[in-house]
Amino acid sequence: MSDLKKIKDDFLLKLEKKLSLSEINEIKTNLFGKNGLISSQFKKIGSISESEKKKFASELNLIKDELQNQINSKINEIQSEEINKKLEKEKVDITLPERTFIRGKIHPVSQTIDEISSIFSEIGFSVEEGPDVENEYNNFTALNTPDNHPARDMHDTFYLDEKKEKLLRTHTSPVQIRTMLKDKPPFKIIAPGRTYRSDSDQTHSPMFHQVEGLHIDKNINMGNLKGCLNYFIKEFFEVKKIKMRFRPSHFPFTEPSAEVDIGYEIKDGKIVIGEGDKWLEILGCGMVHPNVLKNVKVDSSKYQGYAFGIGIDRLAMLKYGINDLRAFFDCDYRWLNHFGFDPLDVPTNYRGLSR
Amino acid sequence: MKITFDWLKEHLKINSKEKDLLEQLTNIGLEVETVENLSSGIELFKIAKVIKTEKHPNADRLKICDVDIGKGELKKVVCGAPNARERLITIYAPPGAVIPKTQTKLVVAKIRDVISYGMLCSESELNLSDESEGIVELPTSKYQKKIGDRYFLKTKTNTIDLSITPNRPDCLGVRGVARDLAASGFGKLINLKEKKIKSNIKHSLKVKINKEKNQGCSVFGSCLIKNVKNTESPQWLKDKLISVGQKPISAIVDITNYVMLDINRPLHAYDADKIEKGLIIRNSKSGEEFTALDNKSYKLEKDMCVISDANGVLGLGGIIGGTRSGTEFDTKNVLLESAHFKPRSIRNAAKKLNIDTDAKFRFERGIDPLSIEEGLNKAAYLIKEICGGEISKIDIQKTESYKKKKISFNPNLFEKISGFKISNREMIKILENLGFKSKQERKYFSLTIPSWRPDIMQEIDIVEELVRISGFEKIKIVDPIKERTRSTLTKSQKQFHFLQRSIASKGYLEAITWSFSDSKYNDYFKGKCEDIRIVNPISSELNVLRNSIYSNLIMYMRKNLDRGFKDLSIFEIGPIFTGSNPGEQNTVICGLSAGKKYRLSWIDVERDIDVFDVKRDVVQTLVEAGYNSDKFFIDDKTPNYYHPGKSGRLFLNQDKDQVIAYFGEIHPNILKKIDFKTESLVGFEIFMDNLNLTDKTLNNQKRKFEVSDFQKSERDFAFIVSKDLKAQDLINVISNIDQKLISNIRVFDVYEGENIPENQKSIAINVTIQSNEKTLNDNDLEKINNLIIKTVENKTGAKIRS
Repeated sequence: MSDLKKIKDDFLLKLEKKLSLSEINEIKTNLFGKNGLISSQFKKIGSISESEKKKFASELNLIKDELQNQINSKINEIQSEEINKKLEKEKVDITLPERTFIRGKIHPVSQTIDEISSIFSEIGFSVEEGPDVENEYNNFTALNTPDNHPARDMHDTFYLDEKKEKLLRTHTSPVQIRTMLKDKPPFKIIAPGRTYRSDSDQTHSPMFHQVEGLHIDKNINMGNLKGCLNYFIKEFFEVKKIKMRFRPSHFPFTEPSAEVDIGYEIKDGKIVIGEGDKWLEILGCGMVHPNVLKNVKVDSSKYQGYAFGIGIDRLAMLKYGINDLRAFFDCDYRWLNHFGFDPLDVPTNYRGLSR
Repeated sequence: MKITFDWLKEHLKINSKEKDLLEQLTNIGLEVETVENLSSGIELFKIAKVIKTEKHPNADRLKICDVDIGKGELKKVVCGAPNARERLITIYAPPGAVIPKTQTKLVVAKIRDVISYGMLCSESELNLSDESEGIVELPTSKYQKKIGDRYFLKTKTNTIDLSITPNRPDCLGVRGVARDLAASGFGKLINLKEKKIKSNIKHSLKVKINKEKNQGCSVFGSCLIKNVKNTESPQWLKDKLISVGQKPISAIVDITNYVMLDINRPLHAYDADKIEKGLIIRNSKSGEEFTALDNKSYKLEKDMCVISDANGVLGLGGIIGGTRSGTEFDTKNVLLESAHFKPRSIRNAAKKLNIDTDAKFRFERGIDPLSIEEGLNKAAYLIKEICGGEISKIDIQKTESYKKKKISFNPNLFEKISGFKISNREMIKILENLGFKSKQERKYFSLTIPSWRPDIMQEIDIVEELVRISGFEKIKIVDPIKERTRSTLTKSQKQFHFLQRSIASKGYLEAITWSFSDSKYNDYFKGKCEDIRIVNPISSELNVLRNSIYSNLIMYMRKNLDRGFKDLSIFEIGPIFTGSNPGEQNTVICGLSAGKKYRLSWIDVERDIDVFDVKRDVVQTLVEAGYNSDKFFIDDKTPNYYHPGKSGRLFLNQDKDQVIAYFGEIHPNILKKIDFKTESLVGFEIFMDNLNLTDKTLNNQKRKFEVSDFQKSERDFAFIVSKDLKAQDLINVISNIDQKLISNIRVFDVYEGENIPENQKSIAINVTIQSNEKTLNDNDLEKINNLIIKTVENKTGAKIRS
């Protein structure tokens, strides 16, 4: 028995030393190879007396396991050391720049249109569209603005023919006409889009964006109009309280008509909506004129409702602190990058409009 | 429309403050645009006397004047006026004063090395007249004891500028504004006694309105005032006109203006001695000419309403008078006109001739037809008071009589529209204060509309009056119901938003450019389209509707490159136009990429951006939108603004019914012509309207989820093919061999050159083979390999590369 014990002690001692992989393999062969020390001990088992056999075999197995474990752990140790060495060599300067990426952006007007659609979606409006080129009838006459009406002067119109029958729409209101001619009441729509007036200076651009709103049903009155706009403005500016003022005005296609101002103040050079005692005009609205309903064959004794028109660019300027309207259409890379929105930043009702 | 609080008080009994007035004006729909004190700083201008003048040492035309500005104080002023001379009494403006005409603030200035303390002013600089030759000369007798006094009286009143909407001509006079305020409970309207002309003197000038079709004049009232002495207006009248921004001219003209501003009754005064044999109001003949009071000569078209005499046109009725019959300081006999012109006629003529006057502005909106005599009475007596003379009887010619307008109003309509309630009594009170006469007939009000309210025609107009005067703040907020009965967006609107964000997510910045374009740029990209010209463009650079988004995008791209950016991608989604009729437009997504990929990268290899970059953006976007790229069909027929060899068009399938997209390099000739400097410029156009939309949702379009877990194997092939063979055709041939077994095909190398015969190329393809039913054995694989080689060789003339 001392043989076994000796082998075990000798080799455990050898394995404690620092060894290379080949030295360990040599030890492995010496022990477990065909004629290895442990292998030859196993061969002995047959020649041992029955009474001794069981004890010997179990002892031998224990020693074999112990030596084998020791060898395996030694090999693992060496291997992981070698991997670590290799990884150490592969080390890179992780502070070097990542691969370049380019980031696209959504224009603030598009983002604002999505915000507006999202708000009105919540209260049951759907989105309608109309063409940029309109006929004179839809843009003016059907909207109770007959030829030679002084209100036409307020719209500096781009014309496409000498007879002035075809024009670039001066507002989104012709979409009201198209929608009502196409369908039957009730109507509950918004219509965002491009609009055009031949006016160009610091605060006017020959092209700008409007969103039209129209709600026609059996009992829609000015209280509903006020409620709708109050809701919209609060949601849009993401404030709890809003100061809103309805001011009588005149649009040929609504009666009564109003312009809506919101209260604001300037704090640290920034505009704060909903506070202060200054007023800012943001939209025009009113009850759809019976003449307009008549023109689109809606019975004004049964149906009534409101319409409004909001300048989208203006809203975007207010919300996002943009000073110059003309920059919207100047495509300056720096401006687009600064004021643009990440394409993944989709305004939704459940998430909220702004991040 | 400008008013002052003081003027308003002549019509309105009131104790309120100006601040409350401003608020109330806005509340009833007479929006206050600006409030300014025209006379602020005006007290600085002083009556002064030139004591001594000497020649400026460095300038021939300049003089250095010692000016006595009162209390013995002398100032040195450099002055260039030829009439600056010793003992002249004139007007001095000290440093700090703002010159009314130029609105510039004076400072102590060195003029050719001589310091000048202030300025001596001309009449023109003070807006007193157009006289700009020389400085003001004040009569010594009147002013020599006033040296040092302020020249202008400071008015305390602010000028209030109201924005009057086109439906409210009645508020283009101070009295109308007062009436509206009074109706809203703000003050009480003062009843003014009208002094009527009682005269025995015959009106000796014949006036005739021609009866003809489209006669623009329905009433022409007039009276003669003989033996007047026209003069400068008295100070009160001058001040009044100045306070609302009008320039005093002479008493007679000032009086007609004053009456117009006060009671909104435009008048015109003629020098009666210059009228040849009476007035005829008639339609103009084509080509007739006259010189108007704005000193411009106008050539008339047919059928404009003119006031004429035996010698021709004197003036355009209701728009502008002529110089031939205008009043002057030496006018002795005046014919005063108070007439009614039809808005339509006024507007037509003024628009054609491009004239805008105070009278035109009022007549085209509608003047009270019953104010003719009131205007004559008021003006004639004022002329008599200021200029003397004898007033004749009033002569009124008319072709039509005014008929009272009545409407029947159901008071229930008010609450139905406004959502709030006011009593019938309150309604009647408001309406009567506005000048309506009312009678209750059962459930209705029978209302007579005041003659000065041409805007009121139906019941809804009455509702507006009532809401406006009661106050919009009374409308109660009704919160909206959060209920959706229809989907917010249509299928194509959803796709618009999806594609917009899909392109942006690939590194493109969204731009919005104008729907019009410079025809010079548009020409490069319009293809077969005709120019769609704007008749009245804002500038020649924006004279056509764009036929392509490229024309604007490329221009702005160039601007950005000029700013020093090199690698840039921008896109726009919006309309292009195919004709000038409504609806002849398509929605297009157009993008441009310039420069290089991986410029100055430490890790990647820098290269020019190319057609396959832009092809990826197009294909990936369409795949993301739900279209199957396996079916896409691409060929190389593209418009002439693309590089003919490096561009393509994409169809959703082989049927090629509608082009979905073009992509490719922009033609180098265009870049050269527009001086566009970049390493590379590629672009794409996706035609949204050509993308067919099904009613099915994307989910419903998907096939059943089926995958194969049997082993797949990959095989590589290299074919030598004709140089003209399209990779797309090769892939199609292979994929059609056995769609059940061939699950993927990839081109991994394309090679021309050494070892490859001329006009041929090698295409290397990797094919993935997998069955849904079993693991393929060597035999199966060998069979399909051979089939692939044989089929490709047969169908394309290719040779497998050994």
